[in-house]
Amino acid sequence: MRRRAAASALPVLAIAAGLAARALLGHAPASLFLLFVLVTLAATAGALFALAGGTSLAERLASPLLFGLLVLWAWEMLVLGLKVSPVLLPAPSAVAVAFADHYRTLAADFRLTYLHSVVIGYAIGCCLGFAVAIAIDRSPFLKRGLGPFASLMSAMPIVAVAPIMIMWFGFGWPSKAAVVVLMTFFPMLVSTTAGLAEAGAMEHELMQSYAAGYSATLIKLRLPAALPLIFTALKLNSTLALIGAVVAEFFGTPIGGMGFRIATEAARMDLGVVWATITVAALAGSISFGLIALLERAMTFWHPSFRAPAGS
Amino acid sequence: MTEERPAGGRILPFAAVFAGVLIAWYAGAVLLNAPQAKAMLPAGHAGLWVLARASWTMQRPELPAPQQILFTLGHSVFANPLTSPRNFLYHMAVTAKETLAGLLLGLILGIAVAAGIIRWRTLDRSLMPWVIASQTVPILAIAPMVVVVLGNLGITGLFPKAAIAGYLCFFPITVAMVSGLRAADPLALDLMRTYSAGNAQVFRLLRWPASLGFLFPSLRVAVALAVVGAIVAELPTGAVAGLGARLLAGSYYGQTIDMWVALVLSSLLAVLGLAGVRLIERLVIARRGGRL
Repeated sequence: MRRRAAASALPVLAIAAGLAARALLGHAPASLFLLFVLVTLAATAGALFALAGGTSLAERLASPLLFGLLVLWAWEMLVLGLKVSPVLLPAPSAVAVAFADHYRTLAADFRLTYLHSVVIGYAIGCCLGFAVAIAIDRSPFLKRGLGPFASLMSAMPIVAVAPIMIMWFGFGWPSKAAVVVLMTFFPMLVSTTAGLAEAGAMEHELMQSYAAGYSATLIKLRLPAALPLIFTALKLNSTLALIGAVVAEFFGTPIGGMGFRIATEAARMDLGVVWATITVAALAGSISFGLIALLERAMTFWHPSFRAPAGS
Repeated sequence: MTEERPAGGRILPFAAVFAGVLIAWYAGAVLLNAPQAKAMLPAGHAGLWVLARASWTMQRPELPAPQQILFTLGHSVFANPLTSPRNFLYHMAVTAKETLAGLLLGLILGIAVAAGIIRWRTLDRSLMPWVIASQTVPILAIAPMVVVVLGNLGITGLFPKAAIAGYLCFFPITVAMVSGLRAADPLALDLMRTYSAGNAQVFRLLRWPASLGFLFPSLRVAVALAVVGAIVAELPTGAVAGLGARLLAGSYYGQTIDMWVALVLSSLLAVLGLAGVRLIERLVIARRGGRL
């Protein structure tokens, strides 16, 4: 009971003390300010320990949230307190201001990089990888030949082809989409090929006893069995696609895009905008990853990893 | 780590695919370079073979033929001393050094954080979700900024690139080590408790050996990431040395063949890194009597 009370009261205390310390920074006498800092640190530490034993969803979510807030707060206090030059590291509040000031630019960059290069490249790359995996499925010879080749390619630094793609497809978004296609193709091919081998011998024999042909076995048994691995590739690719598009823009781009913004504003020492762009990229990456994970849960609800009892 | 060997071997299918890629490459070179080659050839010499020959031997092709890449690479390696920036091996060594330093950095940091997460439940609850969430963030996007910021602080050379490579490979290593350090047999953990073994002893004798089976697969991912990190980190430094710098310079001056040589060498670096990890894995398995 005492632990529960601490777990609900201490985070509130920590946040209140943290906000007070931030407000007092540079205005109040040092002793009062230090007191608030100490209270914040102690309350956060206490709350984290109290929350560590919790089992409810709220308590599980509160721990990382509080920890993230602590990191942000420490970042803000250290940057402002030590008067770190904004050329080195802007405070989170400065990033928020830059975010609000450059909202339109950030939205335009997001549209160009994410909605064009990333989404189109991702869709083409994943579909191609999937289609090729299905196409070579009936030929063990091709599978054995392409397998090592594909795993070799997925280990290679594919972002390095970006300048070549720019040469072939021009400076606009198609060259970035091409890099994304190349980056997402091989993981998808490797995963789908591995996934198609997932179905067990028993299930195969059952399908055979039903006199199911190749396509019926593929659609009713092997593709569903391959879904967990396909989703693994889809999740991995959602991050890879964003990285591919952003890095490809470092090599040359017209006057927009998230990679372009990061590179030029970093060179101009305007790090607030850089961090705001990185925030957008992080949000876009996490949200698309989360959406695919939700879809995965809905489509592979039968898989043991989702049926495991809670808390294990 | 036993792999089943399919009947019919692996060499033949791979060789067939490789040959197919080569043929497609030469055909693609003709296709892409033909417009440029046509403009260079005098009118009336438009036979297909002449056109093909011309498109495989161009100075600045859209897509260089494989033998052009090999020849440029061979020329740069054998005609220049190893310390000359005109030698591609020099740039490869620079990138390799950054990759290796980054890998070491990521390894130390990753194992330390994983050990902390295993040891303290509070860290597991508060830090682990961020480690997992950070996998979804395009970390490479901040590479140029880190390089610029560290440059402002007067830190240049190896360290900024190693830091980015290390930061990239830190996450897979941490995630794998958290699973690996937890993979110790519960019965053996109980046994250790009956011996009243301390935390450090349990870690050294039980958890660490159990985690190696998770460490090596994550190292393979980490090697590939570290190469990418090193190359990308070389981009904003004003193109001095390294394969990434060479790539950028090639793209600025339109030296297509140089770009492809840098590309081939960076792939070679990743493959060599993978082979290195596999070698260490074999050695560790051999030392431990054939098991991991």
